[in-house]
Amino acid sequence: MNWFMRNWENVIVALWQHIAISGSALLISLVVAFPLGVVAARHPKTRGIILGVTSTLYTIPTMALLALLIPIVGLGRTNAIIAMVMFSLLVLTRNITAGIQGAAPDIVDAARGTGMTPWQVLVQVELPLAMPAIVAGLRVAAVTVISVTVVAAYVNAGGLGTLIFEGMASDHAPKIWVGALTACALSVIVDVSLARAETFFGRRAL
Amino acid sequence: MSLLIETLDFIQNNSDRVIDAGIRHVNLSFSALILAALVAIPVGIWLALTGRYVLLIINIANVGRTVPSLAILALAMPLLGTGFTPSLLALSLLAVPPILINTYVGFTGVDADTIDAARGIGLREAQITMQVRLPLALPMVFAGLRTAAVQVISGAVLAAYIGGGGFGEFITSGVAMMTIPMLLVGAIPATILAIAVDTLFSALQKTITPKGIRTS
Repeated sequence: MNWFMRNWENVIVALWQHIAISGSALLISLVVAFPLGVVAARHPKTRGIILGVTSTLYTIPTMALLALLIPIVGLGRTNAIIAMVMFSLLVLTRNITAGIQGAAPDIVDAARGTGMTPWQVLVQVELPLAMPAIVAGLRVAAVTVISVTVVAAYVNAGGLGTLIFEGMASDHAPKIWVGALTACALSVIVDVSLARAETFFGRRAL
Repeated sequence: MSLLIETLDFIQNNSDRVIDAGIRHVNLSFSALILAALVAIPVGIWLALTGRYVLLIINIANVGRTVPSLAILALAMPLLGTGFTPSLLALSLLAVPPILINTYVGFTGVDADTIDAARGIGLREAQITMQVRLPLALPMVFAGLRTAAVQVISGAVLAAYIGGGGFGEFITSGVAMMTIPMLLVGAIPATILAIAVDTLFSALQKTITPKGIRTS
């Protein structure tokens, strides 16, 4: 606690970095996952390949993936963000696909019948109906990315992991506690808020 | 290309160390998975059958699921010290939530009509649990074990920081000295191991799914 009182500014900076890195990775991942999810939902033949590749990426151990990227992009934030995008693609793509497929065929059919273009059907009908599933995916992805960002401190990406690694290196337990508990708190807060959003969209989609 | 040759050279010159790290990695991961399963499966079944403390324990497990793996491992250090045992305990803790939640969901998800039919043909409660609930819940339990196994292998890479050994050691020393071949000697086998175990569990999951509820 004393350590925290003396260093709370550092903790805030680390927390902010953590949110910034996780947030940008999540945003990039959504942009990549979106077309993948739509293609997988539209063309069943591509689904196996898209989900197979993204699920293999998801299986790679965090630390190994960060290490494998070092020869290619070196140390730093780029490395961390690429790793996190690769990790969160599966959950987002899978849920976007499931959400679109889950949209009631009758409603989609009716929308087509009123003369909507395929793009309008997607944006105005299927996506709003898929929102609960997409937000559920975003929730899992966000928690994963926050967890990965902790490890990413190892490749000099900054964030709360920095406190943990520094604490471990200097055998300074309070620093480890502050880093670890702040990261846990961030995860739980994001998880709970997105769970709320999930129920909100769930009700609205009906 | 030269990187590949250097990496293979490193493996050849340090084959003992690489094999040792591999054995330690597998040993650590599997011990942690088994320890976690021994706790999580009985608790999950108990929750599903008795319906007591469900909200409390499932919520704790859900929060546990969000805790970053490095945070658990890092906290093991001030509390338990360094080495194999602290790594083992931290990794087991990491593996409990997915197994527990899936066991609970698997057992509560068994179709009520099926249970009713089992009662109707005169099975006793213990028989229903062993012969009806268990086989139907098993695929879900295995899905939990699969998630946990991949998480534990991934977490075991991080265990190198608290003296747990394994492939992570090559990654940490490789990064510290910026020796790319060494780093790859840690990262590539760890990746292969994770993917292999995931594939293995996925195959097992298909095999133990009762014929009657197989989808495709």
